[in-house]
Amino acid sequence: MESEFTPDNRMNSMMADYSHIKGWGIDADLENDPTYPMKKRTDEERFGYTWERPEQQPQDVEILTSTERNNMPAVFGTTVPPSGLSGMIRRYAYTWSESDLRRWIPLILADRIGAGEGIIDDLAHGKIPNIFAERGWTAEMKYNRKNFLLKVAAVTVVAVGVTALIVNRKKISGSLKSHR
Amino acid sequence: MIAMNFRGPFRVRADRDKPIPEIEHPNDAIVKVLRSCICGSDLHLYHGLVPDTRVGSTFGHEFVGEIVEVGSSVQNVKVGDKVIVPFNIACGKCAFCRQELFGNCHESNPEATAVGGIFGYSHTAGGFDGGQAEYVRVPYADVGPTVIPDWMDPDDAVLLTDVVPTGYQAAEMGGILPGDTVVVFGAGPVGIMAAKCAWLFGAGRVIVIDQLDYRLEFVQKFAQCEAYNFNYLGDVVEFIKHTTDSLGADVCIDAVGCEAAGDAMNTLLGRKLLLQGGTTTALHWAINSVKKGGIVSIVGVYGPVNALVPIGNVVNKGITIRANQASVKRLLPRLIEHVKNGVLSPKDMITHRIPLHEVAEGYHIFSAKLDNCIKPVLIPS
Repeated sequence: MESEFTPDNRMNSMMADYSHIKGWGIDADLENDPTYPMKKRTDEERFGYTWERPEQQPQDVEILTSTERNNMPAVFGTTVPPSGLSGMIRRYAYTWSESDLRRWIPLILADRIGAGEGIIDDLAHGKIPNIFAERGWTAEMKYNRKNFLLKVAAVTVVAVGVTALIVNRKKISGSLKSHR
Repeated sequence: MIAMNFRGPFRVRADRDKPIPEIEHPNDAIVKVLRSCICGSDLHLYHGLVPDTRVGSTFGHEFVGEIVEVGSSVQNVKVGDKVIVPFNIACGKCAFCRQELFGNCHESNPEATAVGGIFGYSHTAGGFDGGQAEYVRVPYADVGPTVIPDWMDPDDAVLLTDVVPTGYQAAEMGGILPGDTVVVFGAGPVGIMAAKCAWLFGAGRVIVIDQLDYRLEFVQKFAQCEAYNFNYLGDVVEFIKHTTDSLGADVCIDAVGCEAAGDAMNTLLGRKLLLQGGTTTALHWAINSVKKGGIVSIVGVYGPVNALVPIGNVVNKGITIRANQASVKRLLPRLIEHVKNGVLSPKDMITHRIPLHEVAEGYHIFSAKLDNCIKPVLIPS
């Protein structure tokens, strides 16, 4: 794209001729100009926000609710109820309103702890997580092989270096002890 | 059944032992998924940026499928119908749905009031499982699901669940008047569609800004617009001003959201340290590039916490900001018409068709922008 960027080429050469664009202007709406506030009053605003509520979904799992609500919505998701340490943190987080950082920061923390709990849960069920596959690195190997090999080489160098460092330290500390 | 299973940031897999969902409410339907997409906003979940994204969740808010079971009160669709399922979960009865704000339904999300329920988009958006699976529970089956016309390609249909309506609404919220200059920040699928749709509202000039050359080349052809790589522009705002007689664009669209590149400090605060609700670089550029009295339309997704924006310039320039989750149900009839008439051809954006059991590769390809990926679609079978 760099070669196409020149001051002379900034303006679309087809400017003012839109015959090449199928549908040009077919949804143009001169009334839709939000720079001048226009608001349609609705029945809801005149008569208050009330409505005939849909039938209530029965609740048989723990659902954390926003402190800003005074009821359960008629429908809700029931996946992955809070559990474990992450669940405890989530319960705490949901005691704060949506406008409070104490609501959101603990939830991020709970998400990270949840990832660790997920690994423990996998192991508890006899499943060893295949981190390589879960991170989609087969695609990296296929489409970005050079970068993938560089990453592997870098990790290998670091791993070998750290191992050598640990081994050498042990040897040095062993020889110092023998000198004493 | 096979379903995508989130295991933590940058880690997903396809499990084969997830139970098939059941009817939990009389207006539920169970849908057998035919196609589901990975959305750019799924990457925010994948990257661990959306609070309350629980391990074990199944993502996927862009899907079409066949109804295989309905609850006792469902009347508008039946078993065997192939349906487009809007990403918003909407009751159709609350005050917001009655105003056609289907993205703001008040009867679908217990966990937060700021957003309505969304399929597979964390517990912050209602805790529903999504469509990156063989089957999915679809609440309010009488409201959202729309039967796919016989003539429509399922690849077009699946993009009508989010990408097309979101891009269209981005342009619509811009209040574009004939002849207006529109700048779209972001050449992902939504930005591409926003650029395409800007013409339908009569834009006089459409400019797209991104940093990925392959996407800029794509949008230039697909949306017949100008496309520039911000890495070569120097100061983006200065460029927009200079190319618009120093006045600025009439309309700027933020189609990037919380993972924008282009500013090191913003990236550090938003993406690395998570101290704000995402990186606001694209929004900064939009606010500072729009003309005085102009309109900034935001469809990029941001986190729920505070985010730094130049609000002083919004005041001083008299900018109107419009933003929302797309109201898919409201827009579907018009967009189906546009597909039928050949005005829009959404499926041309699909670059990758990936079996569901290779979902981890799909996420990595999309996230790392490998193999010139624009839009990946997952096929359950």
